[in-house]
Amino acid sequence: MRPVAVIGIGKTKFGAFPDRDLRSLAVEAGQKALENAQADPAQVEAFYLGNFAGPEFVGQNHLAPYIAGAMGITGVPATRFEAACASSGAAFFHAVSAVSAGLYDVVLVTGVEKMTSRPTPVVAGILAGAGDCCGEVAAGATFPALFAMIARRHMFEYGTKREHLAAVAVKNHANALHNEYAHMRKAITIEQALSGKPIADPLTVYDCSLVSDGAASVLIVPLERASEFAGQPVRVAGIAQTSDYVALDLKADITTFEAVRRAAEKAYKMAGVTPADIQVAELHDCFTIAEIIATEDLGFVDKGQGGPFAAAGCTAITGSKPVNTSGGLKAKGHPVGATGVAQICDITQQLRGEAGERQVTRHDIGLTQNLGGSGATAVVTILAAA
Amino acid sequence: MSTTTTALPEAQLQPTKTGHSGGVVYTDTVIFSGPEQFVKDVPYQIAIITLDDGGRLTCRIDGDNVSIGDRVEFFEFRNGIPFFRKPA
Repeated sequence: MRPVAVIGIGKTKFGAFPDRDLRSLAVEAGQKALENAQADPAQVEAFYLGNFAGPEFVGQNHLAPYIAGAMGITGVPATRFEAACASSGAAFFHAVSAVSAGLYDVVLVTGVEKMTSRPTPVVAGILAGAGDCCGEVAAGATFPALFAMIARRHMFEYGTKREHLAAVAVKNHANALHNEYAHMRKAITIEQALSGKPIADPLTVYDCSLVSDGAASVLIVPLERASEFAGQPVRVAGIAQTSDYVALDLKADITTFEAVRRAAEKAYKMAGVTPADIQVAELHDCFTIAEIIATEDLGFVDKGQGGPFAAAGCTAITGSKPVNTSGGLKAKGHPVGATGVAQICDITQQLRGEAGERQVTRHDIGLTQNLGGSGATAVVTILAAA
Repeated sequence: MSTTTTALPEAQLQPTKTGHSGGVVYTDTVIFSGPEQFVKDVPYQIAIITLDDGGRLTCRIDGDNVSIGDRVEFFEFRNGIPFFRKPA
């Protein structure tokens, strides 16, 4: 197995874009990643696409060759990966695995979702398809409801408070102010977050990530060939994807994501680092409680202490463990199929020292955590300055 | 394939097709923003119940709202959805 590097990154702005279709978003991100590395579409040996529900949101199937073709990439494997909100994390994992194994040298990975063209209840129904449609979803659960039940149990077992959840939202909104690609650049207060419109008790609208359109893309190559390209390389030091039951009611303990813990354990081992070594992280805050639990599952803080950890400012850009300097899914936006690769782009920017006002001071090693559904897929990636 | 060494029992994979007597609320939420087919029902409560006969089940709550630790009983199926409620 040979080391792999991210050599090019590209993102669209995240937001609601009535005039943009799914393909144009994906093509923009892909072309930006190629441009960032000064690579040519003809060099691309395989195209990996992460997309959760293109067929349901916009009626288009056979998406990978549809998008690759528009970028001038033909004659190579072009395949779509679906793993709910971890779709492009999964695409990235499999792309890295193939390059690492020597199957290809130059691979483009893109994540995309076009969500805002459908009414909210329809979007909620499509997203619920990432849950168990014979059980929890049939009983009326939405994704906010599943994470509300997780939050309720976390509060019951560990004393986590709504103020802790609100602190995550306030922090991520503050971070997005400095991210020109973010969907929502608006500061909020703890009071606003606490008094937001209820969605699924105890979660308010400020605990939920945004429904967004957007795409993100990375070009990966073997580390040994990185010098042939223009972009500053970032090494994939460790990566793992794991799975768990889809239904929340089949998990023994819903206050932790076992899939995340297992993926983290493998990725840390592969990279030869510990949680204490991670200097900056992009975590899957689809709901505020998910960021709190992620900091626990990744070993940044003891189990049950994620709430006070966030409220104390430890996860702020200036804190001891900066989390979601991009604004996270909460404020940067969450075009679900784009999220995993967008996280890789954001950490690559940090490790290159190109994060502008969001730049953290120590930036040699970073981590991304991408979650599918209520924890049935997890991808953890550790990136290191090459 | 699951990561466990045995497959899940049918009762857990198809919970809505089996009857249950009762259990204890493991967690719950009241939903204010529902999916298309349940928009007319909001606000409504769902809960995960730890069943007396083993395993857990996601169900709707009929009548008074329940909290973690409350004892509930199976009430009825409506359109295939199991409804539980507090004992009379």
